[in-house]
Amino acid sequence: MFLSTTYRKIAGDGLWNNNIVFGQNLALCPLLAVTGTATNGLGMGLATLVVITASNGLISVARHLIPSEIRIPIFVLLIAALVTLVDILMNAWAHELYKVLGLFIALIVTNCALLGRAEAFASKQPVKEALWDGLMMGLGFTLVLVALGAAREISSTGTLFANASLLLGESFRFLEVTIIPNYKGFLLMALPPGGFIMLAFLIVGKRLIDQKLTQIKVQRVVLNAAVTE
Amino acid sequence: MKLDPATIGHLKAQARHYFEWLKRWLDPANLARLRPKLEFQTGVLAGFALLASVLLGVTNCSTEGTIRQRLNDDLLHSLAEVVPNGLHDNDMLQDTLTVPSADYNIAANETLVYLAKKSGKVTAVCFKFTAPDGYSGAINMIMGIDRDGAILGVRVLSHKETPGLGDKIEVAKSNWILNFVGRSLDNLTPSQWAVKKDGGEFDQFAGATITPRKSVQAIYRGLQLFKAHQTELIKP
Repeated sequence: MFLSTTYRKIAGDGLWNNNIVFGQNLALCPLLAVTGTATNGLGMGLATLVVITASNGLISVARHLIPSEIRIPIFVLLIAALVTLVDILMNAWAHELYKVLGLFIALIVTNCALLGRAEAFASKQPVKEALWDGLMMGLGFTLVLVALGAAREISSTGTLFANASLLLGESFRFLEVTIIPNYKGFLLMALPPGGFIMLAFLIVGKRLIDQKLTQIKVQRVVLNAAVTE
Repeated sequence: MKLDPATIGHLKAQARHYFEWLKRWLDPANLARLRPKLEFQTGVLAGFALLASVLLGVTNCSTEGTIRQRLNDDLLHSLAEVVPNGLHDNDMLQDTLTVPSADYNIAANETLVYLAKKSGKVTAVCFKFTAPDGYSGAINMIMGIDRDGAILGVRVLSHKETPGLGDKIEVAKSNWILNFVGRSLDNLTPSQWAVKKDGGEFDQFAGATITPRKSVQAIYRGLQLFKAHQTELIKP
């Protein structure tokens, strides 16, 4: 691997071990609100990715200036200002994208994961590490959103990435596929309770994989010990 | 203005001096000493607040015009959906009339009506209205009506109806909303302005009756609003 151990650990934490949803169980509000379809999940994920990376970087730059007694109000102020800034700029300069993503941008403020990363990581780490952490956490969040959105979309309407061309442009129309033709639809999965149910399945799946991995690791250690004896 | 070398040298030295001071002040050790002090904390919080407000203020001012332009483009786009381009040669955003609409239950006390004119003569009108009583909230719509009171087109601008059931009112999801083209208060009786389940002309959706029912009723009220002000609106 070309990455140093620190960076690899940050990436592993963000993408899997300490993933915002799977590991920290944060950000459930925006998560359940927008994952009706995989496309919406992707949109929300990308918007969050940008804002969390920027907020991590900003807070890391200013970390020596921020006294611990008033760190929370300053974090909230910076994150809110950043989100508003992205909202305004996007409305003006990327209006087509804003019409699709605009709904999600404001929701990012309710994402406690941003505050969580600012508090737990960015306020204690150098800028480069903080940016990398934001990027990886955002990417991990995006992956979960897309996975949950895809699972809900397939089970509720039988399609995958419907309207992706609205978000990503005409050249991405190939993403829009119908998985189950003539599907009657299963409304529950499109509604918030379906989100909770599907999320539970995903978390169980993640735990099972983790269990398997630990088992393999333990077996290997036992095997190594046996060999050295 | 021309500066002599001595002044430039002096200014440079001064800038260097301030820069060095700032670097010393921003040194983590110095900041660690300052952080527990109340004055410093107050200053930092005020500083960040000032920074945030200046940044947001400047951005807002510099993008205000662009955003208004974008919203106008959006509106023009919706207007073009319900009023065919061939019907007018004027700027519909400029030719408007406001009519009182408090009695029509379309969620507005006054409604801005955009007038489509060809050679100075009103050919059609267009306005936004709302069904305030959709299944899960307001359904915002826009409608174009020709000068004789027949519908040219209706579109849903935004709604919160159930995805997969009630969202068939969107033209992107189903052709249902196109059934209104050509309908008017003259060619359908009041009892026909309803969904089929209620004895009317318009289809309901499988599993969702309230959304189309309330949409039909709101469109009917919109037509009544037009009729009440018809002479005034199509005057020129």
